Amino acid sequence: MYRLGVDVGGTFTDVLLIEEATGKTRRTKVPSTPQDQSVGVIEGVTRVLADAQVRAADIRQFLHGTTVATNAVLERRGARVGLIVTVGYRQVLHIARSFVPGGLGGWIVWDRPAELVALEDVREIRGRMDFRGEEIEPLDEQAVRAAVHQLVDRGVDALAIGFVNSYANPAHELRAAGIAAAAAPGLPVSTSAGVLPELGEYERTLTTVANAYVRPDVGVYLRNLSDKLVSEGLVGERRVLRSDGGLMTFERAEDIPVSLLMSGPAGGVAAAVALGPAAGYRDLLTLDMGGTSTDVALIEDGVPVIRRETTVADLVVRAPSIDVQTVGAGGGSIAHVPALTGALRVGPASAGALPGPAAYGRGGVLPTVTDANVVLGYLPRALLGGAMPLDIEKARTAVGSVANGLGVSVEAAAAAIIDIVNENMLGALRLVSVQRGYDPRRFALFGFGGAGPLHANALARLLGSWPVVIPQSPGVLCAYGDASTGVRAEANRSLLRPLDDIDEGRLQREFADLAAQITTEFDRADVPDDARAVRFEADVRYHGQGFEVSVDVGSSRHEALIPKLRSGFDEAHQRLFGFTLKEQHEVVNIRAVGVSGAERIKPVEIEQGGRDAQRALIGGQQVYVDGGWQDASLYDRTALRAGNELRGPAIVVEMDSTSLVLPGCVARVDRLGNLLILPAEDGVVS
Amino acid sequence: MSAVIVETPRPARSVEVETAVLDIVENALRNARHEMDAVVLRTAMSPGIREQHDAFPLIADRSGRMVAGQFGSFIDGFLSAYDGTVEEGDVFFTSDPYACDGAISHANDWLVLLPIYCEGALVGWAAMFGHMSDVGGKVPGSLPTDALSIHEEGVIVPPVKLFRAGTLDQQLLDTVLNQVRLPSWNRADLNAVLASCRTAETRVRELCDRFGVDAYLSMLELLLERNRQAMAKLFRQVVPEQPVTFEDFVDDDGRGEGPFRIRCTLWRDGDRVVLDFAGTSDQADGSINFLLNENVLRMFFGVYTIMAVDPLILFNDGFYPLVDVRIPEGSLLKPRRPAALSCRTHALGRLFDVLAGLLGQCRPDFLCAAGFSSSPHLMYSGVDRFGKWFQLYQIGFGGVPARPVGDGFDGHSMWPSFTNVPNEYLEAYYPLRIEAYESVPDSGGAGLHRGGNGIRVAYRFLEPGQVSIHDDRWFTKPWGVLGGEPGQRGTKLLERTDGSQQVLPAKCDHVAVRPGDVLHFVTWGGGGWGDPIERDPQQVQEDVERGLVTTEGARRYGVALDGDGLDRDRTRALRAEMAAAGRKPLRFNRGGTLEELTARCLAETGLTPPRDPSLTRVRDEPAATPGATETRRPVGGARREIVRPGGAGERPQAPGNTPLEALVYRIARQVTGR
Repeated sequence: MYRLGVDVGGTFTDVLLIEEATGKTRRTKVPSTPQDQSVGVIEGVTRVLADAQVRAADIRQFLHGTTVATNAVLERRGARVGLIVTVGYRQVLHIARSFVPGGLGGWIVWDRPAELVALEDVREIRGRMDFRGEEIEPLDEQAVRAAVHQLVDRGVDALAIGFVNSYANPAHELRAAGIAAAAAPGLPVSTSAGVLPELGEYERTLTTVANAYVRPDVGVYLRNLSDKLVSEGLVGERRVLRSDGGLMTFERAEDIPVSLLMSGPAGGVAAAVALGPAAGYRDLLTLDMGGTSTDVALIEDGVPVIRRETTVADLVVRAPSIDVQTVGAGGGSIAHVPALTGALRVGPASAGALPGPAAYGRGGVLPTVTDANVVLGYLPRALLGGAMPLDIEKARTAVGSVANGLGVSVEAAAAAIIDIVNENMLGALRLVSVQRGYDPRRFALFGFGGAGPLHANALARLLGSWPVVIPQSPGVLCAYGDASTGVRAEANRSLLRPLDDIDEGRLQREFADLAAQITTEFDRADVPDDARAVRFEADVRYHGQGFEVSVDVGSSRHEALIPKLRSGFDEAHQRLFGFTLKEQHEVVNIRAVGVSGAERIKPVEIEQGGRDAQRALIGGQQVYVDGGWQDASLYDRTALRAGNELRGPAIVVEMDSTSLVLPGCVARVDRLGNLLILPAEDGVVS
Repeated sequence: MSAVIVETPRPARSVEVETAVLDIVENALRNARHEMDAVVLRTAMSPGIREQHDAFPLIADRSGRMVAGQFGSFIDGFLSAYDGTVEEGDVFFTSDPYACDGAISHANDWLVLLPIYCEGALVGWAAMFGHMSDVGGKVPGSLPTDALSIHEEGVIVPPVKLFRAGTLDQQLLDTVLNQVRLPSWNRADLNAVLASCRTAETRVRELCDRFGVDAYLSMLELLLERNRQAMAKLFRQVVPEQPVTFEDFVDDDGRGEGPFRIRCTLWRDGDRVVLDFAGTSDQADGSINFLLNENVLRMFFGVYTIMAVDPLILFNDGFYPLVDVRIPEGSLLKPRRPAALSCRTHALGRLFDVLAGLLGQCRPDFLCAAGFSSSPHLMYSGVDRFGKWFQLYQIGFGGVPARPVGDGFDGHSMWPSFTNVPNEYLEAYYPLRIEAYESVPDSGGAGLHRGGNGIRVAYRFLEPGQVSIHDDRWFTKPWGVLGGEPGQRGTKLLERTDGSQQVLPAKCDHVAVRPGDVLHFVTWGGGGWGDPIERDPQQVQEDVERGLVTTEGARRYGVALDGDGLDRDRTRALRAEMAAAGRKPLRFNRGGTLEELTARCLAETGLTPPRDPSLTRVRDEPAATPGATETRRPVGGARREIVRPGGAGERPQAPGNTPLEALVYRIARQVTGR
């Protein structure tokens, strides 16, 4: 049997076919079809099946990372959402907690993005719960009915319901949803307690609206894709990747599409989760550097750090996602020197795919990070296996403008551009590591994406994160991640009680209820019993604090949880902030997280060779490092054998990416074909 | 007196530095500063820090000049005034504004200052201060309206060592915490502030390790110099040599006197910019005085000027020598000890309106209207039915003014990073319900660009308790510019369970509330920008559909609406009529002179106008020494409440004849939905 991993990127759709018994893979790349992504997906799927001569019926699982939800938000072309709220709260999203981004005076220039729901499509309804969930005023059902009719008449194509204190008792929301279903059959309805049963009227309502906003797009896409796959004979399980790196069924995804907003970047991290530990590294910092931005994340003991929120451009919603930090630093980032300060700035503006870096010869003239890499000799003369020549002179001319601004040589300017872009990425890597209390020196740096392998060595030097791990085909890793992770499900509840007031039995029962919800979702996804694991978390803080820390209390419900919560929180607080308090602990939310063991793909080992990598040597070129030119060797990645050692400076080229090994470092090829880069003085264990 | 720095002597060596390395250090310092913020926000307990981010970081060089941060460095002044040693492991602590030149401006701000050492040598300073919810004193929240001296405003800690060479002075801490109402919060907040300074310490040491101490210190010099040069260029572009003057007001001091004038004249002399506050009112008896640190003002001015040009410039002290700040002693902005300071928020905010007015005259493309230039507060405290003390501290938000680039924002903050406390959080932790949380239609000034609306928050109290309010702009109006109209003023309406309604003064303490009472806390809107009759009628119609402008309010834009929407013919006629009426778009529209506002005050606001302090006040010389006994006249006679009882349980049936009745009616109508 086989499984298919499919990742839809901005330019290409990658399809990866994996034979489960052997772990053998075959991949295909077809142009993405932004109008209807399913066209490209089907094209890729049929092609890879034909190439491999595999029958569609033999595909046991179709596993998919999608940017449909993300794009709907980025391009502001989601549904017209109608919103029903408690009287007095019509402007809950308009006021948006009064927050204005930027520093002092930021309001002068802030260009506020359009709201996801227009104020004229918001209706207020009488009916009120208090914070204990007790009804103070009954729901005005007549008004709900009238509001639904009005909104439908106005042309809304999705409905969100967000009542005050619904986290404590969702009865009014459920009743209103029922009325809406009767009044407007077929209109998708999202209730705030259903999407996010947590305290905080703004975040809960916004998340619900975001859910409603992307729901029609995601629903149409997934149903459409499903139909096409079935008609191609592909009737196996169909799952989609969540922002938190787990999979869920297409059906579940239609209910909570807001949890797909970071499906794209999650694929790369999921691949690191599969490939890093297989190479012997369970603690990883991931560096996914593309053309316009870089995503970084932290994986501890094989598990990525999960945040309780998801950020897409200006939108921040409360849906779990891998703690991916994005910086506007990529190969296309533009360098400039403002006249006022004479300081060198790189990004966040990007030359994008068009016109792209000057070296691509597509009309770009502004100096980009890629141009700096070309000037310094870090890239081969041509990319994409020789199909795309690089214009060194154009790159030098572009970088020359920076050199003039700084009054230095072109090489020095290029080196400075690389230093600054590396520093920007370093800031993001520190954010996920040092700022969260992790010492980056005990993490390996997993570099991928089109440009990650080019910069990873330099960043490892700055962070002390060794070795650098560069997997095979680093430019197209997401599809592998999609195909190698397991099903994930979450169930939450706001508790909001001092830990001292909670009795163990009650807490156990609460967790059991949440676990039952996970079981239901596992059942729907046909997860085998022996692959199911459920663990419990609680968001805890000292009474009075405004932020919580998630404490993992493991999977056993047979031991006392309360002492575990107390000590777990204190330890985390000490690690994060360097102190603890003698204050009361307060449990804000509790959560059950279900993860099915990923059905591991057997890693394929490459052919063993000696230390000498001579057979992969394809030439040499000069690289500018540490203020001077040096001779570097060029290697063909596909010709490398396990055990080969490459002494820096060296450049390793392959179809979709280029890796740079700096002087003073050595890269070893491991049995799975990963490049492991270490400082030469640390020796290389073979 | 002067501090003695204890360190391993090392020869200072200047080191050549590449631009790229300099930029790296600049970025690293900026990141370190953001890390300081993150640590303090995540661990603090006072809502003022957690949600309003009323906490400010600073990283300074060896001699105390700020290289990254958000408040002007006072360390130089501290070093020259402090009589003692500075040693590795020391941590200084103060809450005395008068002892640090106003680097903190009221006793609620607790400041921690930590010398950073590397290889035994002093390489810099980290400092952070945060607003404590309570520091003792005569009222919960420690922001008494009627205080006549800082000694009524809570515990005042002079600059002392909280840690001596790494050892905590527990007795000192216990003594201080014994003065406050919520010691556990202060303890947590102080820990948070300290942890954030430690973070900066770690980062600075890492930079020293990475580049070497000499290189690091040389780079700070270059960063300061780079900033000085950039700002000199900028000032030459923006600030004219011809003086420009602007003034604005704090309405009253909570004791019946006002308005207090803040007047500033700006000009440039070569590379140097002068900000002269001559003409500013004398200090107030009440607690609205703002002890303004010159460096803080330099920073404000620099930030405002820089905003549009290169927001990535790292603010540091480098340009400070270019800005000459002159503040008269004994004025509202430089009061003499022991003047009361706690409620300085309005003067602080109004300063930004003044800066906007000054810079807008220098560069008309930069001119914004007046906005929500304050952080008014509401306190609600008492003992609940379970015998537990509760104490709420809420900040209000309002209308961001219309700007050259577009409309203002409704019910937003003009301070960086401020957010409201979620209403569900308030309901879960305090005995109250928030029955409305919405912007007030028409409260933003009309204009080609509309001023942001103020907010109405309806608090229903569920336990008996007392309320304090400190707001402003109830008397003067947030001005509009270039033909834009002023925004509406704020108001506070208390509805009792018996149906009576009472307009509360903008500044009051000890207002008793009973279960079921509702307080409508209505803040002011932002001024408009440009002539309202030039606004696209379609846009006005959308504002009406969104509930941000009323149908009547649309007429201020010369827009007529009927049941089906825009009435184009009547709109055209209305606009022609308005244009023909010979309106002259004012550069600044304050909605009338002070005399006119005074004459209309009672009718429009329900409150008697404030008395001109320069006419009515017999100034006592303030006591010169700290700790002097309070000998001022007692509070009294200043309370101005107008009680307008309605019929039992009845609401007004129609708009009243006076503007006040119309106001009360409108608010009441919004509440009840009829």
